[in-house]
Amino acid sequence: MSLMALREQLNGLVNSMFLEGLLDDQFEQLQMLQDESSPGFIAELITLFCGDSERILAELTKLLDQAVVDYQKVDAFVHQLKGSSSSVGAQHVKLACVQFRQFCEEHNKEGCLRALNVVKHEYYLLRGKFDTMLQLEQRIQAYESKQQI
Amino acid sequence: MAVGGKRRWWWKRRAAVVAGVTIAVSVWVGSHCYFRRENMAKAEEALVSMCEERARMIQDQFAVSVNHVHALAILISTFYYQKQPPALDQETFAYYTAKTAFERPLLNGVAYAERIIHSQREIFETRQGWTIMTMKREPSPMQDEYAPVIYSQETVSYIEAIDMMSGEEDRENILRARATGKAVLTKPFRLLESNHLGVVLTFPVYRSGLPEDATVVQRVEATAGYLGGAFDVESLVENLLRQLAGNQDITINVYDITNASEPLIMYGPQIPEGYMPLSHVSMLDFGDPFRTHQMHCRYREKPPLPLSAITTPFGIFVIIMLGGYIVFAAKNHYDNVKEDCRKMEELKVQAEAADFLATVSHEIRTPMNGVLGMLDMLLDTDLNLTQKDYAQTAQVCGKALISLINEVLDRAKIEAGKLEIEAVPFDLRSILDDVISLFSSKSREKGIELAVFVSDKVPEVVTGDPGRFRQIITNLVGNSVKFTERGHIFVQVHLADNLDLGADEKVYSGLNGLSQSEKVQIMSDCTFDTLSGFEAADTRNNWENFKLLLSDEMFLPEASTSDKEPDIVTLIVSVEDTGIGIPLRAQDRVFTPFMQADSSTSRNYGGTGIGLSITKCLVELMGGQIDFVSRPNVGSTFTFTAVFKRCNKDAIADTKRTLSEALPTGFRGMKAFIVDGKPVRNAVTRYHLKRLGMAVEVANTVKMMLNSLTRQNSNFRTGRQPYIILIEMDSWYTGMDVYLHNQLLLLKQNDCVLELPKIILLVTCEYDKMSTGSLVDTVINKPLRASTVAACLQQVLGMEKQKKELSNGPTNLRNLLAGKNILVIDDNKVNLRVAASALKKYGARVECAESGKDALSLLQLPHKFDACFMDVQMPEMDGFEATRQIRLMESKANEQISNGGASRGEDSMIVEWHLPILAMTADVIQATYEECLKCGMDGYVSKPFEEQQLFQAVAKFLVFSYSSDQLD
Repeated sequence: MSLMALREQLNGLVNSMFLEGLLDDQFEQLQMLQDESSPGFIAELITLFCGDSERILAELTKLLDQAVVDYQKVDAFVHQLKGSSSSVGAQHVKLACVQFRQFCEEHNKEGCLRALNVVKHEYYLLRGKFDTMLQLEQRIQAYESKQQI
Repeated sequence: MAVGGKRRWWWKRRAAVVAGVTIAVSVWVGSHCYFRRENMAKAEEALVSMCEERARMIQDQFAVSVNHVHALAILISTFYYQKQPPALDQETFAYYTAKTAFERPLLNGVAYAERIIHSQREIFETRQGWTIMTMKREPSPMQDEYAPVIYSQETVSYIEAIDMMSGEEDRENILRARATGKAVLTKPFRLLESNHLGVVLTFPVYRSGLPEDATVVQRVEATAGYLGGAFDVESLVENLLRQLAGNQDITINVYDITNASEPLIMYGPQIPEGYMPLSHVSMLDFGDPFRTHQMHCRYREKPPLPLSAITTPFGIFVIIMLGGYIVFAAKNHYDNVKEDCRKMEELKVQAEAADFLATVSHEIRTPMNGVLGMLDMLLDTDLNLTQKDYAQTAQVCGKALISLINEVLDRAKIEAGKLEIEAVPFDLRSILDDVISLFSSKSREKGIELAVFVSDKVPEVVTGDPGRFRQIITNLVGNSVKFTERGHIFVQVHLADNLDLGADEKVYSGLNGLSQSEKVQIMSDCTFDTLSGFEAADTRNNWENFKLLLSDEMFLPEASTSDKEPDIVTLIVSVEDTGIGIPLRAQDRVFTPFMQADSSTSRNYGGTGIGLSITKCLVELMGGQIDFVSRPNVGSTFTFTAVFKRCNKDAIADTKRTLSEALPTGFRGMKAFIVDGKPVRNAVTRYHLKRLGMAVEVANTVKMMLNSLTRQNSNFRTGRQPYIILIEMDSWYTGMDVYLHNQLLLLKQNDCVLELPKIILLVTCEYDKMSTGSLVDTVINKPLRASTVAACLQQVLGMEKQKKELSNGPTNLRNLLAGKNILVIDDNKVNLRVAASALKKYGARVECAESGKDALSLLQLPHKFDACFMDVQMPEMDGFEATRQIRLMESKANEQISNGGASRGEDSMIVEWHLPILAMTADVIQATYEECLKCGMDGYVSKPFEEQQLFQAVAKFLVFSYSSDQLD
């Protein structure tokens, strides 16, 4: 595949993500932050985000598995996830987190479990797209370096 | 609660207390009286019964004695039965009477006297062997009749042979007795021998055969003698009474009241004694119908008041008081609880309302922001014109909704009393400049003059609430901009003492009601001495008044005012526009929320009409008043007063350093010439230039300017300062540039000026730029601001050639942040990374910390950081706590510095450590902001960063740096 095609594919992917509402304008801002001085910025950020999120999701699953749920802890984790997702511009995850926190406030275990599922669902959906995005970027970079050689 | 209500309640309570005590006291007194009377009645009853008992007893005893004497009399009469003299001698009589004395306990003794007529005297005397004696123990003189005692009981033997008829009392008694045949009593007299009070009882003794219904003569004829006895009433009564109970308590008097007007005492003390008001009288019948006797009883002493008459009422009193107190306390408690309850309800309602509004508005804002974001994105995509129009309309509406929500929230807060007015030092002029710049693009679009003028006497820095002040001004100016299509908007600030409001009151209040025809007439007058030449509603703002104010300032040198400056500065701010004005019928509800002039207003101009009501609230919170003058189709002038505190000098210096984007000082001493035909407008221009420290001259036209330049050339030659000419657009015409240039060249050749003066054009509208000539150095777009003017001058004079246009945000941000060391603290790695790279993008050197503790260790003094961005919500140590710790460290260090202890980096020019700390928070609500300030933060930015907000927040704390590394 040519470089142009790859770029187009990447753009198409990102645009579709915007259209679906998976990402918001914060991501755009991030794209603007990525320039020659920091070419791997978005990739780095996404990796960071994914690692962080998966850790939090694992914690949340563990917490909600217990008979007596420590809602304060749950809330703290969800807040963290909300913060990072809004920083990355992962809109759907962020909104799911907002929902989650509401259930958390109500101490509604069932709701929390449901919300956790929604967050997981949204996250894995996003994760898949991000993976594709990262692969495309890697290939683009590989091409670019090849061309330079 | 109203004061009146409270007082009334208090009076009520007082009246209740008085009434309660009165009732208790009256019950006390009443029951006491009742008990007293009861006691008296009982005492009287006892007295009556005692008295009657005694009377009956005496009477009975008396009757017994009398009866016995009667019996004795009958006995004696039997001795006369066919005997003369009787078959009885003294011995027998004495013996018998002595033996039967117990039957007559009340009698001393009895004696019998025979009836002797004078003819029988001698026979009698010889028979007896003694002569008849009188009471005085003398031989009796001759009488018709004699009654000598022949038999006597031993106890009274001393009266033997005494003629009873010789005593007055006895004689009468004898006569009455023999006439009636019944027992007869004398009146009381002192008895012989004993000298006691007593009475003598006399019975007639008849010879037998006297019929029951005998006449008086027959009775006298049949009389054989008289039996008599003496009652020693005194001792006898005493003996008798002694046997009865209660003898000690009462005193008794017995009277003979046969002669009612002159009662004779028989027993008891001569002068009645004892407790007089209470007495009882009992009748005594001693068996003599001729004589009547009475017995008076009374208590020896006043009957004592029983203890119960005092204790019982007192007990009742105490019980009533206690009961009253219980009722009172209960009522009080009830009132208090009710009042508390009411207050709580109120607070609850308020809190609920405020909370509800806050929650609701927050809830609305969040999705609304999403909607707006989406609309933004939509607008960036390829849309056809119609679609774009729709999307834009939607966006405008959404923005209006957000601003409405913010306003409603504000108002709710004011009503809930949650809005507090800050007191921080701030620079009034720079705030006004900010507001002006906010509306500059709109005013340029519309071609309206927008100007601000602050009197020189207004202190540079005052203490108050800059945010609220800005809000008021923004509201008023925003309204004016909205409703004004031509003319000007002019904001003025003066000291309140300089304006004599009262004098002008009548003039302009009358103008409010101008009729249509008059108005037309006024409109036909061509120009007015206002900022733009259009007529203004409030005539006070025309040139005449303005000039007065200005001259006032000039005549009062600053020294005199600074001498005794009061602590309080009252400012009068007026915002004048030449817009459509407010219709007369709407003028009285301008400050009512959601009341616009009419429904078409919101259609034409948008807005909700809540702004002015908030403005009024804010003005009142700041201790001022707001009023307006408006004439339809002429314009409106809103005037409000605001009370601020004066700052002391140190604070001023301090504030200047931190708050105001300090105006460049490089223009001090420069000269400027303003060419402007309108006096008000050139005063505004002069005001801004003066703030830059420039010396200003004014000319009405270009020609006049040139003339004065030629005349005063010598002055300018000495100074090497560059010279600037500012020309208003309406004094300009095409071709002017060439003419002016030539003239100035000429001046230079004539050595009138050393350098060619720089020419700057002042324009109101964007399109004016087109008509300016090429020889103009630059054009300043109005509205004027000291900083804009400064920037322009720098550009023109080549002082800061590298400087870019001020309105360019990101570049500005770059200027601000470039080369700065910034610490970012956030526990969320993703956020940290994003924030760091965003700041890096603007050229800042960023370091990161993942917790409050790490940050504290990095910020150990001395450190190199220029600013710090801090996440609020972090585990272990949150942003607030971390900030507090940092501030603590700083204040300690500062103390040491001021004590001359520690020395710091030599290159540092700052006197004290104060690291600007900005909170990063996702929910930007007022409460968080207040919390931020409370713990010592300097401001906040929303997360993720928004360029404009970031710039605003950062601009307050970081000074522009012109070092070479960020120039491009």
